[in-house]
Amino acid sequence: MTSLIEKHAPRTHDEKHRIRSKVQRREHLTGWLFVGPFGVVFLAFLIAPLAYALYLSLFQKKLIGGTSFVLFDNYVKAFTDPSFLSGAWFVVRFALIAIPVQIAVALAMALILDAVTSLFTRFSRLMIFLPYAIPTVIGAVMWGFLYSRSFGPLSDVFGLFGATAPDFLSSNLIFYGLLNIVTWQWAGYYMIILYAALQGIDPTLYEAARMDGAGRWQVARRIKIPLIAPALILILVFSLIGTLQFFNEPQFLRYLAAGTIGSDFTPNMYAYQQAFGLANFNYGSAISFALGGLVFICVYAFLFFTRKRRSFL
Amino acid sequence: MSHHSSASAGHRRPQRHLPLQILLGFLVIYFLVPFWWVIVNSSKDAPGLFGGGNTLWFADQINYLGNLEQLFTYDGGIYVRWILNSTLYALAGGVGATVLAVMAGYGFAKYRFAARRFSFAVVLGALMVPATALVIPTFIMFAQLGLTNTVWAVILPSLLNPFGVYLMHVYARDAVPDEILDAARVDGAGEARTFLQIALPLMRPAVVTVLLLSAVASWNNYFLPLAMLSDNRLFPVTVGLGLWQGVASANNAGGTSLWSLIILGSLVSVIPLIIAFFSLQRHWRGGLSVGGLR
Repeated sequence: MTSLIEKHAPRTHDEKHRIRSKVQRREHLTGWLFVGPFGVVFLAFLIAPLAYALYLSLFQKKLIGGTSFVLFDNYVKAFTDPSFLSGAWFVVRFALIAIPVQIAVALAMALILDAVTSLFTRFSRLMIFLPYAIPTVIGAVMWGFLYSRSFGPLSDVFGLFGATAPDFLSSNLIFYGLLNIVTWQWAGYYMIILYAALQGIDPTLYEAARMDGAGRWQVARRIKIPLIAPALILILVFSLIGTLQFFNEPQFLRYLAAGTIGSDFTPNMYAYQQAFGLANFNYGSAISFALGGLVFICVYAFLFFTRKRRSFL
Repeated sequence: MSHHSSASAGHRRPQRHLPLQILLGFLVIYFLVPFWWVIVNSSKDAPGLFGGGNTLWFADQINYLGNLEQLFTYDGGIYVRWILNSTLYALAGGVGATVLAVMAGYGFAKYRFAARRFSFAVVLGALMVPATALVIPTFIMFAQLGLTNTVWAVILPSLLNPFGVYLMHVYARDAVPDEILDAARVDGAGEARTFLQIALPLMRPAVVTVLLLSAVASWNNYFLPLAMLSDNRLFPVTVGLGLWQGVASANNAGGTSLWSLIILGSLVSVIPLIIAFFSLQRHWRGGLSVGGLR
């Protein structure tokens, strides 16, 4: 390489430019070759369906007159449809309670596991993470059995104290029944992410803080938590996206909690019911698009309010 | 990342705070209760299950073998088929998604090309698109192509994993130095060989993590196969157990024996993933830290 350049020593500006642009073009091409296969899948299974859903959502199928272009009528319908609104209200309410609970549990466990080292904590770490390996629907079934009046243990346990067992599958308590399931399912996964972030902190920081007289709690609050803020925000965003799309657990529990969970319990269930139950794909698309809009707004609002701490994007 | 192993031996003294360990003990019990319930109750036959009493202990006559035999032979062994289908979807979807994500993440991290920043921003934006919002239009597109109710309807959409691309991008950016790649190029290695022989080994922890996460996502998927498939011989085990649950609840008297199959079926269906997680633990722990830390 070097000998080649020496031989042709004085190059004109033009020549240099041509060589550089040739190298650049090669780099462009190889770059696109690496990204291309994913790009094709991305266009086919993300961009195209999104565009198609948007298109579908602008039409209405009527018994008389067939399918016609109605612009935003489906959205107007959705945002005045009590089924969609109550589902959306449920997932927003659920997100506001369930996400802080999950993250608080995960953070507490990660801090304990980071501070205390023993054979038992290593074992605990794996056991707490275990539910992540369980399909959400299977997790819902397992808890559904535990809640069940016919073969769950709750009535036995409460019977010991002469009390009546709470029915987590009743319409009064289903919120808490589901809250418990998602916490069980996801807290361990979030714990592992937070734990990994905590393990990445330089421990000399703790030594310095200890010399300044900081206790264990102060170290956790003033050093550990601020330093893992990016990881906390990352899992908050993921849990927000997941919770607003709530589908698997309530859909599965419907069989055990007959009457409590209707087909419009969450927006996603309602969209599924409209599209696959009633073959109303136009309205189903509009609902899932409206839900997508809701997710976007929530995520961007959240990222906007935490933008100072954000470093993962 | 490398400093913590030496640190835990040196700076970080082992701490044995007893109250915290006891608290942790209670948490572990909480996380294990559903597993315990499923393990003990799959030892029961249908009358034992509904007979009440020891809901948190084994049956007097442990009936695992009888239940297993029933599970694997019920309805012409459909359960075994579901497990095999789940395995196929998880392997094909997981491996395919990982190959695409590793290549794309490496491309985004290591090459300067036109529209690179814009494309990457679009991929990041896609992280926020609810996956289920894509199922309805994808279903109609596949219906027009005659692909619904085939294995492709489940495998092809699973190839999309924007989070995997993000994870690989971050990891490749930090773990693969440009100097090594340039040195390989000067030695005459082509771009493909540089990627396969130099970069790929350096990215291994993240590759294993993405593979595991994509395989788990495919194995756990419920909404997509539920919408796409109508032939129950193509169902993955999640949708299959849902089908049984529907039958068992609709038909309470005749369905009682199905409940014990559902309980044992749930237990058997989680064993493969638990084994995968434990045996690959060493690899994925390094990779998981990437997404959150930097």
